[in-house]
Amino acid sequence: MDFLNALVVFANFVLVPATAYGAQLALGALGVTLIFGILRFSNFAHGDTMAFGTMITILVTWALQAAGVTFGPLPTALLALPVAVGVTALLLLGTDRMVYRFYRKVRAAPVILVMVSLGVMFVMNALVRFGIGVNEYRFDDGARFVVDARTFREMTGLAEGLAIRSTQVITLVTAVIVVAALFWFLKRTRTGKSMRAFSDNEDLALLSGINPERVVAVTWIITAALATTAGVLYGLDKSFKAFTYFQLLLPIFASAIVGGLGSPIGAIAGGFIIAFSEITVTYAFKRVVTYVVPENPAPEGLMQLLSTDYKFAVSFTILIIVLLFKPTGLFKGQQS
Amino acid sequence: MTINMRNVALFALVGVLFIITGFLQSWNVMLTILNMGLISAILALGVNMQWGYAGLFNIGIMGFVALGGLAAVLVSMPPVHDAWAAGGLQIILGLVLGALTITAAVLFWKRAPAGTLRGLGVTAILIVGFFLFRSVFDPGVAAVEAVNSASTGYLGGLGLPILLAWPAGGLLAAGVAWLIGKTALGLRSDYLAIATLGIAEIIIAVLKNEDWLSRGVKNVVSLPRPVPYEVDLQRSEAFVSRVTGWGFDPVAASGITVKLAYAGLFLVVLLLLVWLAEMALRSPWGRMMRAIRDNEVAAAAMGKNVTKRHLQIFVIGCAVCGIAGAMMTTLDSQLTPGTYQPLRFTFLIWVMVIVGGSGNNWGAVLGGFLVWWLWVMVEPIGLWLMGALTSGLPDGALRTHLLDSAAHMRLLTMGLVLLLVLRFSPRGLIPER
Repeated sequence: MDFLNALVVFANFVLVPATAYGAQLALGALGVTLIFGILRFSNFAHGDTMAFGTMITILVTWALQAAGVTFGPLPTALLALPVAVGVTALLLLGTDRMVYRFYRKVRAAPVILVMVSLGVMFVMNALVRFGIGVNEYRFDDGARFVVDARTFREMTGLAEGLAIRSTQVITLVTAVIVVAALFWFLKRTRTGKSMRAFSDNEDLALLSGINPERVVAVTWIITAALATTAGVLYGLDKSFKAFTYFQLLLPIFASAIVGGLGSPIGAIAGGFIIAFSEITVTYAFKRVVTYVVPENPAPEGLMQLLSTDYKFAVSFTILIIVLLFKPTGLFKGQQS
Repeated sequence: MTINMRNVALFALVGVLFIITGFLQSWNVMLTILNMGLISAILALGVNMQWGYAGLFNIGIMGFVALGGLAAVLVSMPPVHDAWAAGGLQIILGLVLGALTITAAVLFWKRAPAGTLRGLGVTAILIVGFFLFRSVFDPGVAAVEAVNSASTGYLGGLGLPILLAWPAGGLLAAGVAWLIGKTALGLRSDYLAIATLGIAEIIIAVLKNEDWLSRGVKNVVSLPRPVPYEVDLQRSEAFVSRVTGWGFDPVAASGITVKLAYAGLFLVVLLLLVWLAEMALRSPWGRMMRAIRDNEVAAAAMGKNVTKRHLQIFVIGCAVCGIAGAMMTTLDSQLTPGTYQPLRFTFLIWVMVIVGGSGNNWGAVLGGFLVWWLWVMVEPIGLWLMGALTSGLPDGALRTHLLDSAAHMRLLTMGLVLLLVLRFSPRGLIPER
């Protein structure tokens, strides 16, 4: 019984949150990896793209709520999501037209494009601040829990409860749908195939008559969808704050690099690796240990490997280890 | 050195901007902006070495600036003897154990034959070492932080003159830069960017959380100053009689004197660094650097060790940022880890380098002054502009919202300036020769 209790505590504080967080990171990393595969640069504006998409979602959600529209037990934000994806796609296509296209034409070095993406990041960040400000917002509504701790305790008779929030389930379900749709698109459709061909070998793809501008445009639209979905899911699960989204850049890049830049499967695996390590390393295992080793007096201290404030250090350490030992990532991404 | 009239005119123009600020606002304000402008120029110089000479993309400047600030505390504050007695040696022992663990793991990796066993061995060393480190380190930290935590609660510094902190900050930043460069250089160019972005966040997290080191978010205040205090000047008979003789108000004059003294110190450092940087750039070493930047493959074929040279310039550039960081903390005479923002300490410096002219030391210096002045002035100008634009609107939610968002004009301006300069004038105001 004690072992079961330990398991429940572990699931409640590590397994469930890390799975949700991993799905959010995976969606973010997919966007980074797609841009890298097709446009061949690391997009530093990705975090702020997520913030922009989430901001539009929040604004539309507020408008819907004011008009009295809700989505039953689901968050209203899910209704607003398609609108936000559309607006974000327009923004990204506009940015590409006004900023990135020039550098593609002159075949600028990747590092110049990275720097340009920093400029774009500034501007997007400013747009978000103009739109919604710097405060923290929660915008989840509808049912709060799928299983709450008390019902779980009553159902199983265990001492510990397991709470599964509806946002966590929504995150996972949405992520699975989005990823399945993305892979179907990349593997089965003509446009998806041309994107993969373009990513593998640009010159060969051009020779076989693939229109590069069309591939790039489709990439930006998909990125907008991925970034907005990732941002909204993260915001529903935790909360929305512009600066947090900028800070998400590091775990997202770490996920993409760990999996191998340019490899979609790698981005998903990387997202979960980073999320699980981050949460496991910063979780205080005291209660789990107390259940597993009941004879001894409770262990001193929190049994926490690292304080929560060092969660960046976890993504960073994994990133450095991968860079040292396997620079192409676990799933053999592109090297340059 | 041939003197280019256009460059002189550009510097004169920036000078005029500062003088106008002096007349319109006050000389005190102008000197405050100028002092930070001098520090910004040094930062831009450091980044220009990395980007302009070698094409290295470092976006962790904030971290190296903060390390310089840490050095200022560690060098200049008086040691807290009670804290040292309580757990200082234990903390040091813990850190030594941690370092030994990593060294042991690295040595084991290098010596042992490749295979699964090697990986397991390194993992075992790291895990055992980590718990050993924590078991020694944690009680020491708890003991030190318990010592009079309202006013000290940290180990304090060495109690040396704060001017020594400037080179010390450079050394500290150089050490960390070496570790980062060793791992991330020689890979894709964007990996360095990501690694430096990460290390900057981690350095700030360490400064915020390790209270035993520099009091974390409780801040270390009233660091010793290399220049006299205003109150002492106002009490000094000689000073008061002299400035009143010249027809100045002693209170205002004391503030200006102190700021001028700082400006003098900073100017000496800036000129020294510019001189060194110019000498380096003209030397065979500088030519080699630019050759590597322009064509790595060709330079490598000529027998140049590209990765080693990159590491060298990366460390030097970060050291300059560390020096500037120590100077900034000296100027503020306090270390406040909560105020380090990537926007202000990393990306703004990049805008300075790009606008000024990457690859040209004088360009970086000019960019430092000009962009810093803009950064300070954009907010009032934005507020005024927004006020003028919305004056036709009725007072309401929309107008308040627009007026509030004027504060974010800085971001938009800096982003647009960066994009426009990169697009239309990528060589900057003073292009590379």
